[in-house]
Amino acid sequence: MPTYTFAVNGKTVTVDAPADMPLLWVLRDKLGVTGPKYGCGIDVCKACTSHLDGEAVNPCVVPVSEAAGRKVTTIEGLADGDTLHPVQEAWLEEDVAQCGYCQPGQIMAAVALLRKNKNPTDAEIDAIQNVCRCGTYFRIREAIKRAAAKM
Amino acid sequence: MGSPTKSAAEHDDGAVGRRRFLTFLVAAPTLTLATTNLAPDGIGTAAAEAGVPGLPQPADIMDLGDVLILAGTPTAHLLVLEVTEDGEAHFELPRAEVGQGITTAVAMLVAEELDLPLSKVRVRLADARPELLMNQLTGGSNTIRSVYGPVRRTAAAARARLVAAASTRWDLSPDRLVTRDGAVVAPDGRTASYGSLTGLAATLPLPGLTVKPKPESEHTLVGTPTSRIDARAMVTGTMRYTLDLDVAGAKPTMVRRPPTINGTVRSVNNETAVRAMPGVIDLAVVPTGVAVMAETFGQALDAKDALDVSWNDGTVDALSDADIRKRLRAAALPFVVPPLLTRHVDAEFDFAFVSHAPLETNSAIADVRDDRAEIWAGLKSAIVAKQTIAAAIGLPEDRVTVHVRQSGGSFGRRLFFDGALEAAQISKAMARPVKLMWSRIDDMRHGRARPATHHKIRATYALGQVLTYEHRVAAVETDFRHGLGEILTATAARLPVAGNLSFAQTVFLTTVKVPYDFGVVTELLNEVPLKMHTASWRSVYSANTRGAEEILVDELAKRMGKDPVAFRRAFLKTDRQRRVLDKVAAAGNWGRTMPAGFAQGVGFHDEYKSCTACLVEIDARDPGKPRVVRAVIAADVGRPINPRGLEAQLLGGLTDAISTTLRAGLHIDRGLPLEGSYSQFHYARQKDSPTDVRIFIMPADGEPGGAGELGVPAAVGAIANAYARATGTSPRSFPINFDVDFTPFPR
Ligand code: FES
Ligand code: FES
Repeated sequence: MPTYTFAVNGKTVTVDAPADMPLLWVLRDKLGVTGPKYGCGIDVCKACTSHLDGEAVNPCVVPVSEAAGRKVTTIEGLADGDTLHPVQEAWLEEDVAQCGYCQPGQIMAAVALLRKNKNPTDAEIDAIQNVCRCGTYFRIREAIKRAAAKM
Repeated sequence: MGSPTKSAAEHDDGAVGRRRFLTFLVAAPTLTLATTNLAPDGIGTAAAEAGVPGLPQPADIMDLGDVLILAGTPTAHLLVLEVTEDGEAHFELPRAEVGQGITTAVAMLVAEELDLPLSKVRVRLADARPELLMNQLTGGSNTIRSVYGPVRRTAAAARARLVAAASTRWDLSPDRLVTRDGAVVAPDGRTASYGSLTGLAATLPLPGLTVKPKPESEHTLVGTPTSRIDARAMVTGTMRYTLDLDVAGAKPTMVRRPPTINGTVRSVNNETAVRAMPGVIDLAVVPTGVAVMAETFGQALDAKDALDVSWNDGTVDALSDADIRKRLRAAALPFVVPPLLTRHVDAEFDFAFVSHAPLETNSAIADVRDDRAEIWAGLKSAIVAKQTIAAAIGLPEDRVTVHVRQSGGSFGRRLFFDGALEAAQISKAMARPVKLMWSRIDDMRHGRARPATHHKIRATYALGQVLTYEHRVAAVETDFRHGLGEILTATAARLPVAGNLSFAQTVFLTTVKVPYDFGVVTELLNEVPLKMHTASWRSVYSANTRGAEEILVDELAKRMGKDPVAFRRAFLKTDRQRRVLDKVAAAGNWGRTMPAGFAQGVGFHDEYKSCTACLVEIDARDPGKPRVVRAVIAADVGRPINPRGLEAQLLGGLTDAISTTLRAGLHIDRGLPLEGSYSQFHYARQKDSPTDVRIFIMPADGEPGGAGELGVPAAVGAIANAYARATGTSPRSFPINFDVDFTPFPR
């Protein structure tokens, strides 16, 4: 089996895995990084949203070979030690999470959006596709605006 | 000395540990819980100006929540609260947390009663505890209603014992001592932390200790908006859902399922080839399909897809939506009142099947050995799960430990434990621990769904009065085999219904009621039994039944020449109900002029001693792509514990209503739902959600009512009514926009 070396949340890892194994399962089942969630496996629900070199990706459809030599950031790698990222803080202040299952993906999507666009409009926030089955969308929107104001 | 650390608590077995200190098993003092809840809420206070008062309906006298409380009363005080040496309170909650924020609300009750900072309260979900009999069911919007008294009394008992311990230590009378911030304080300023008192408090003989919770007027935390105690774990990705647990040896497992609901395996045609695939560990045929275990879920998924299986028929192979609709129409019971000379409004409505679709798919971990078993899953009826699993794997109940895990949504779904049962069967067949995950496609197609329903409503009116109101509901059978039958049987003598009703009809009559004075009211349910996987879906019958009624109310108002808000105002039964309606009408600027293609709509709902009104504004310039752009909600739940959490529940109810009214449903085609993911089952996304939502919680006045399901029906009515006004149509079939706009996944 080929091996792949890449960084996960600032730590270099090397894994044995078939080239086409989705990164999601490498993270969850081989590396024990369980923040990214499975919700569909086909790039629809976005519960697994993480970053590859700072860009939002959906590891359920990213083969591990594509991660080789690159930087993977999951929800676990967003905070700086005990200091939360402003988006995480905004999420706490708006008390966004209900069941919480979609929220790692929602937060990673919001961080990626705010990186590109410091002050997103409602229409730009609308473009976030992540499903929240608990229906927290309005609080997500408020939290993104709050985070934008902070950053 | 060992007070349990957090990680130890994760793994303990729910029994009272040997080395714990102040641990109470407060025996049932047979308090008067059941009777205090029997008074019909609000009936007879403030007669409506215009309506013809009808008799109270069964749900006015005793609703399903009252039934659950009554069934749970004998064991309501078998609660476990521990005060640890480091001054924390650990409470074991015999309910499920699925996102409704119940652990936060309960932690608030404990903190309030103990005078302890909220950060020092831990709430852990109890393992299945069969000794609780019927008191470990999470449903019917009932948790706060059923635990509000018992949790406070248990915590008050703990506080009284801690005070008694300090009084012994200082030789001061207990009534000279106060509690503050996790400590007992003497008049001279000396303090003793709870942690330092817990050992003594546990051993003191205290016969005749009297315990009374604080008067509600002294509450400082309960009733104030409070953030979730588990929010930080959620935003940092450290919250552990079932599949995030590391149970020794439990390997990723998935099941290949039949092409139609309830089909069974005839033969596996390529077992050797699949066993040879990379990472595959084991394969077993189980009653629900073919299970494959692998090193990773990616490999288990590939192997399951590679399986070549011949299947036996399922239970509804010939059925499609058109047949189901025909059978429902035929099943709706006839009206009693002929239209004859009276003026009347008739309407019929259809609602499609709706998947629960919690974002965390059905999942469970099971470790079944020859002489014992251990299960981890999100379970809302943990005791029935434990009993059923024990029977299925041939072990005595006391050899099966069932851990209830916090889970990623439910909406009724996790009343059923099919995932946990299946994991146990696979673990037994493979003789290995199993980490089972359902694929999203399977979760949508072979999971549970809200049954399709058909509704016929007739209202007659004359001289500004509604004289009669009849609603006939025909529904595909809802599966209640998660312990509800036992509960209804146990409480049968007290139920406010007569005759030979089915369980479903009893549930219907104890949950659905018309909040208006509409003269002679009859609402009847008739079920069509089909062997499909159904379950209660947030608000059970009310989303459809009351939603359709709120649409009819608008049409009736129009016919009688009244404005929808003024009409409801006139016919609502109580001032309490009118206040929430007035609140949304004022805050939402009811009646303001809207551009063409936009409209306002309003809905009202009353259940489980709570009531709510919802006003929405819709943009339906493109009737095929409507969007609710604004919403105002008001709710009176009697006594809100955590208004912030309550607002979250109402927001969730609103999003459910937007989804199911406008676009989200399941098409049944030859024995299987066509939808297999969120790209096909159109649950709302951010772009479908309003950019302006305001929620008002009415001030506390009385006992807590139910709130978890409250938000859906009023919002269904409001959205449908807004759509009708914006488009000039009369929506009759839901979801309104329900084309098959996708290519279904292969079966
Ligand atoms: S699991 Fe990756 S998008 Fe759904
Ligand atoms: S919080 Fe439950 S799915 Fe978003």
